Amino acid sequence: MSEIQRNLKGIYTIWYREILRFWSDRMRIVASLGQPLLFLFVFGSGLSPSMSGLAGGNMDFKLFLFPGIISMAVLFTAVSSAISIVWDREFGFLKEVLVAPISRSAVALGKVAGGSTVAVFQGLIILLLSPLIGVSLNVTQILQLVGLMLLTAAAMTSLGVLIASRVQSMEAFPVLMNFILMPMFFLSGSFFPLRDVPTWLEWLGRIDPLTYGVDPIRQVTLRGNVPQAVLESIRLHDISTDVLVLLIFWAVMMVPAVIAFRRME
Amino acid sequence: MNTIETRELVRKFGDLTAVDKVTFQVKQGEIFGLLGPNGAGKTTTIKMLCTLLRPTSGTATVAGYDVVHQRTKVRQSIGLVFQDPSLDDRLTAMQNLHFHAMLFNIPGDVFKERVSELLEIVELTERAKNEVRTFSGGMKRRLEIARGLLHHPQVLFLDEPTLGLDPQTRHHIWEYIIAMRKKEGLSILLTTHYMDEVEHADRVLIIDHGQVVALDTPERLKGMVGGDVITLKTENDEIAAQRLKEKFQIEARRVKEELILEVPRGDKFIPKLLSTLGNGTRAIEVHSVSLRRPSMDDVFIKMTGHAIRDEEASAKDGLRANVHMRRRR
Ligand SMILES: Nc1ncnc2c1ncn2[C@@H]1O[C@H](COP(=O)(O)OP(=O)(O)OP(=O)(O)O)[C@@H](O)[C@H]1O
Ligand SMILES: [Mg+2]
Repeated sequence: MSEIQRNLKGIYTIWYREILRFWSDRMRIVASLGQPLLFLFVFGSGLSPSMSGLAGGNMDFKLFLFPGIISMAVLFTAVSSAISIVWDREFGFLKEVLVAPISRSAVALGKVAGGSTVAVFQGLIILLLSPLIGVSLNVTQILQLVGLMLLTAAAMTSLGVLIASRVQSMEAFPVLMNFILMPMFFLSGSFFPLRDVPTWLEWLGRIDPLTYGVDPIRQVTLRGNVPQAVLESIRLHDISTDVLVLLIFWAVMMVPAVIAFRRME
Repeated sequence: MNTIETRELVRKFGDLTAVDKVTFQVKQGEIFGLLGPNGAGKTTTIKMLCTLLRPTSGTATVAGYDVVHQRTKVRQSIGLVFQDPSLDDRLTAMQNLHFHAMLFNIPGDVFKERVSELLEIVELTERAKNEVRTFSGGMKRRLEIARGLLHHPQVLFLDEPTLGLDPQTRHHIWEYIIAMRKKEGLSILLTTHYMDEVEHADRVLIIDHGQVVALDTPERLKGMVGGDVITLKTENDEIAAQRLKEKFQIEARRVKEELILEVPRGDKFIPKLLSTLGNGTRAIEVHSVSLRRPSMDDVFIKMTGHAIRDEEASAKDGLRANVHMRRRR
């Protein structure tokens, strides 16, 4: 068997474990629905009156929030999947992988592939709630959403792998949450439109990579569910621009992530 | 043929030299023991041999392959049981084994046959479908041994395979190891600081502060200790030691609360010893005397000048063993 074949099998194996763990932890899948549901219905309903001016008063806040919650699920699943590298190191399992006859790059790539897939699953589970929100989707929309979620997840998992290869222990985790993940989530326009906000906030949103995941996911999800004019008034960029930015961010993260992973001792 | 060969292997961590010019060979089919106190460099040596750490200098080959330049080949030829557990707790025993088979690219039918054989040997057949987190420490260890053997390695590395296990389980694990060596002709390199365990090894390398202190068969190593070993507890070890030196020209070593001395014929010597200490201007009360054949402990003390678990190390070890146990649960 050639070197390449062996490493492809290696990528597949690491990916497979990620999927296996996701399925064998069905309780977690159910539990992980709690937070998005809470956000969606409590925040969605609670803030609805104050947000009544949204898109000229033509849009329910819950509808606006829904794609943001999908993105949130994707972000958190992707990153926690990547961060599990730190757990694996802490609990020793990583050594089992590192002494296998496959390259480190294959391990890192498998991790990104696995984390992304799992994140898309999680996003799809949230998507199942769409009838409750009054969102209907056709097959094209769903396929486009899968593509967008996959891209967002791949970018975020790569970022996660980069961080996980650099942090030494689980103690760094809260710092990570508070200084990277939470800001990324809040500034991404998941919660509120990044239009008509103070300039500094607009700029922070603009440098937040997640913004470019939330924006197209929102456009596709709401297509046909709100009037086109409303959609125009809340979107930030062309979908193609968003996709381009995500692709670039992914590539820019992936390279140092693989390098950092190879260097890890 | 030698399955492992190292030449002047060195590994530094900053200023600390964890492994210092270690040279040894392990023959095919040999059980080779690495014995040393905490921090001696045993794990670091194994990590270099299994390609997890790069040597700072020196060379090593495993199964004929260079550990720096032919890593994949080395990895394909070795099985490993790490000092700390390395199973995925959330997966079942079978899933863990299957994952390993996929990583090592073992064909499905070969895997099926091999896995049922190995599970039988380590007596885990009934538990194969259970999640590993429900296993006891000993069961996890056995599973790790089975996993390490799954891909028919030529060399098996065992880093303290029995740490924190009860004597019965330890005994059991040794049975598997010896049986596998016989059955598959594999070489085994293991580390331990249980002295009695290295007696199973064909040859033992004693390592301290990263350096080789001695390398020989357990029998010959024990032969380096002169005859029988007498351990003595007295009311005043210092005076007792002094008197032994004056009367018999014997250097007794004080280790913790005991005096240890070596004599050719212990049975004949004890009466003389007791009368010497009990008489004279100042009689020294003897609390206990024991006589035994030399053990690896004695060899270790003789070679390094300190017990394998001196005060400091045993405190650290206790702590680590705790951590270990917690994780193993
Ligand atoms: N990654 C590391 N970074 C810095 N120092 C290290 C590292 N790994 C090991 N050391 C140091 O190298 C020395 C040898 O450690 P090693 O783990 O090889 O000892 P050991 O013989 O396996 O001990 P034990 O019986 O406690 O397992 C120790 O002083 C240890 O602190
Ligand atoms: Mg060790």
